[in-house]
Amino acid sequence: MSAQFAAAYSTSTGEAFQFWILGTVAVIGALSTVLMKRAVHSALSLAGTMIILAVFYLANGAYFLGIVQIVVYTGAIMMLFLFVVMLVGVTAADSLTETIKGQRWLALLCGLGFGVLLFAGIGNASLTQFDGLGTANANGNVEGLAALIFTKYVFAFEITGALLITAAVGAMVLTHRERTERPKTQRELSEQRVRDGKHLPPLPAPGVYARHNAVDVQGLLPDGTPSELTVSKTLRDRGQIRDVSSEALNDLRALEQRAEERLERTEIAPANLKRTEEASK
Amino acid sequence: MENLIALLVAAPLLGAVVLLCGGRRLDAVGHWIGTILSSASFVIGVVLFTDLLGKNAEHRTLMQHLWTWVPVEGFQADVTFRLDQLSMTFVLLITGVGSLIHLYSVGYMEHDERRRRFFGYLNLFLAAMLILVLADNYLLLYVGWEGVGLASYLLIGFWQHKPSAATAAKKAFLVNRVGDMGLSIAIMLMFTTFGTFAFGPVLSHVGDASEGKLTGIALMLLLAACGKSAQVPLQSWLGDAMEGPTPVSALIHAATMVTAGVYLIVRSGAIFNAAPDAQLVVTVVGAVTLLFGAIVGCAKDDIKKALAGSTMSQIGYMVLAAGLGPIGYVFAIMHLVTHGFFKAGLFLGAGSVMHGMNDEVDMRKYGGLRKYMPVTFITFGLGYLAIIGFPGLSGFFSKDKIIEAAFAKGGTEGWILGGAALLGAAITAFYMTRVMLMTFFGEKRWQPDENGNEPHPHESPKTMTIPMIVLAFGSVFAGGIFGIGDRFLHWLEPITGHEEGNSPVSALTVTLATMVVLVIGVGIAWAQYGRKPVPAVAPRGSLLTRAARRDLLQDDFNHVVLVRGGEHLTRSLVYVDHTLVDGVVNGTAASMGGLSGRLRKLQNGYARSYAVSMFGGAAILVAATLLMRAV
Amino acid sequence: MNPVNYLYLSALLFTIGATGVLIRRNAIVVFMCIELMLNACNLAFVTFSRMHGNLDGQVIAFFTMVVAAAEVVVGLAIIVSLFRSRHSASVDDASLMKL
Repeated sequence: MSAQFAAAYSTSTGEAFQFWILGTVAVIGALSTVLMKRAVHSALSLAGTMIILAVFYLANGAYFLGIVQIVVYTGAIMMLFLFVVMLVGVTAADSLTETIKGQRWLALLCGLGFGVLLFAGIGNASLTQFDGLGTANANGNVEGLAALIFTKYVFAFEITGALLITAAVGAMVLTHRERTERPKTQRELSEQRVRDGKHLPPLPAPGVYARHNAVDVQGLLPDGTPSELTVSKTLRDRGQIRDVSSEALNDLRALEQRAEERLERTEIAPANLKRTEEASK
Repeated sequence: MENLIALLVAAPLLGAVVLLCGGRRLDAVGHWIGTILSSASFVIGVVLFTDLLGKNAEHRTLMQHLWTWVPVEGFQADVTFRLDQLSMTFVLLITGVGSLIHLYSVGYMEHDERRRRFFGYLNLFLAAMLILVLADNYLLLYVGWEGVGLASYLLIGFWQHKPSAATAAKKAFLVNRVGDMGLSIAIMLMFTTFGTFAFGPVLSHVGDASEGKLTGIALMLLLAACGKSAQVPLQSWLGDAMEGPTPVSALIHAATMVTAGVYLIVRSGAIFNAAPDAQLVVTVVGAVTLLFGAIVGCAKDDIKKALAGSTMSQIGYMVLAAGLGPIGYVFAIMHLVTHGFFKAGLFLGAGSVMHGMNDEVDMRKYGGLRKYMPVTFITFGLGYLAIIGFPGLSGFFSKDKIIEAAFAKGGTEGWILGGAALLGAAITAFYMTRVMLMTFFGEKRWQPDENGNEPHPHESPKTMTIPMIVLAFGSVFAGGIFGIGDRFLHWLEPITGHEEGNSPVSALTVTLATMVVLVIGVGIAWAQYGRKPVPAVAPRGSLLTRAARRDLLQDDFNHVVLVRGGEHLTRSLVYVDHTLVDGVVNGTAASMGGLSGRLRKLQNGYARSYAVSMFGGAAILVAATLLMRAV
Repeated sequence: MNPVNYLYLSALLFTIGATGVLIRRNAIVVFMCIELMLNACNLAFVTFSRMHGNLDGQVIAFFTMVVAAAEVVVGLAIIVSLFRSRHSASVDDASLMKL
């Protein structure tokens, strides 16, 4: 088929080359969007696919759309996605095990059938026309689009404005939480702590006795075991706590050893430290 | 004058409304209100009667149109009253006897705390009965017909605390319903045949209809008459209806309401004349009933039930006469009127006896009462002589004419019907003599009851004896007034028509034969009950006697044929319902349920499952689009 | 190369996106798959625009983007409030039906 209309329908070899390379990448990106366990990875794969699509828009003469695709879609919308992924505290990995019986097979069957049908439809369609955008883009792509949007499609354009405002208000309404009571003051919080009788002082800070004092590093208790209380609950829920106790103890021993050397003391390390080290392994 | 007709109905209707809605504050005067209003109706009746007498025979029909009841195109039902000679006769009988019985009830119901309600019902009955006989079309007649049925039901069951009374009321109502269905079907047939149901157009256009249709209408009318007048096969309710207070038995179940069937047949005479087959059925029904009732009357020890059997038998005479056509119409009505007098008198006498005997009804516990209640004895005795047809008294004139007319029917039928009527006369003489002897003659047979209360027979109060005396006068003289010089015949002939018939035997022979059977009947009764003492406990008796005590097995027959049959039919229908209908319904439901149970799994609430359905649907749509383009 | 290939790519991406919607349980990933489907459509529009030599296809693609932006805003808001009330972003957890 393509040979038959080759003369009229062909694009440049460079574009063909670009299509086959980037098209493959785009499909891989789409597949990994679906198949990646972590939502963050999915989002990044999708962003990649979108950028490739932006390139294809540009290649198809849709310069304005290509740029908008990068700026708005990849730049704004995908970042919004990432933001929400972070906000809802996605668990480390999404299980891909299917829980609904037969769902996966049905989905694959439907997808396969639908794809085959679409391909058959495109294959059968008499796509004999190929004009190119030379005339349409003669006065510039953006000007051409603007002429259409502000004349022929002006009402649709106005209505999209209303749609956007509605969406913005809707999002605010949906995520807004009415406070039904006054937030507790610091005084009340401390009184609460005293009344409960637990953790009278503030919670221990992360990184105590540890080499790092980053928020995801647990503080160590005097006997060297890490304390859960020192790290924020969100990080604990996500399982994003770095276990640095053995590292910290090794560092501590090295520090002590260096101190011994500098002080020219030849005593060996205490036995209890060794035991702790073995336990932590 | 026409405008007075509505007042006839309005007076008792007003009484019913006032008494039934008036509440307890009318308890003290209620019975007098009822009596006065029914008497007022009687007075109006008399005024109208004298007016009619003053006119020529052709102008004696008065019409009063009140309003149009159903003003629909092609279906015009008017509330119009028609007063002619036939209606006038009934009006006088109903209001006259009715007023007397109102008066009697004042004394009879004296100790009943619901007396006001009783009088309300009596007035309601009078109003309905007057509507029945004054109606100018069958639909309005039907209103009265149902009204008297309602009043009858209410009055039979007046002592509804007695289960037997409540049951009897229900029985009467149900059996009457069968007959009423016949009347309603007859009215519908009339409407489809003639397009109207007013008396005038229907009866004058009888010639236009086919004989088959007329026979159908006539048989349906006969069914109605059988129900209301207790004729075979719908006779079973009348005996039980004696559970009501005795004035009710006298007024409704002897003198007036039960004769409505005869009125219906005579009024529809033109239809019956054109349907000889139906007439034959009418005569057969009449003959069978007159013997049936007479035989039942012979065996009953309950005085009221014996009289009820007698009533059935006498109405049988009337129906027989009405079935004879123009030969017998006049005599049917004449016997109806005289019977109204003497049978009401007999019932009132029976009520008076019961009143004096602590409501005892078993005649075997009476005996020798003539010494204790002389007025009752004399009035009852005159009624007795009248009913058996003692020469010169009412029954003699009217019954004799009917027997003559039966012979005059001619042919084998005439002989059979006449013979049956003669036989009936003999049995009548027998059972009435039996009642008379057991009640008023012989030794006293009453005993103290289990509480030691011995009855003290005494004469009834004036309010009760006066009506009895008046009715006794009627029993004695009415027949003579009507019969001598054929006055009644000339009075009624313009309405019913009359033929002489060709009797194979002379009138004198019939009269002599009647006298002979009368003497035989009385003689047998005297031999059995007058000569020897009456046993206080009924002897076992012959097979026929035992059957007659059970009302000739009428209830057993109904039970076996109708109740059992109905039960079997119901049971088989229930079986069909359970297996076939329920099977189909439940099977459908079960399969739907099973299917739903499986389909329910599709609705699992997972958005993704629904999305699969959508996606599959979209795929199918794409496939369909492609296919359509490919074709 | 025949530009129809862009259409084949578009169909492939759309199908992948649709299947992803059906397979994944994480509401955010499902949402991303929907975005993928929208982008696949946009690619088809842009390709058709080039084949027919007028800009209407691009205008439609532009509108699609605007609508997609609005949809994303609302959809993500819904996901956030869903997560707040259920402490989960799984679409299966929203089922309240008995089985």
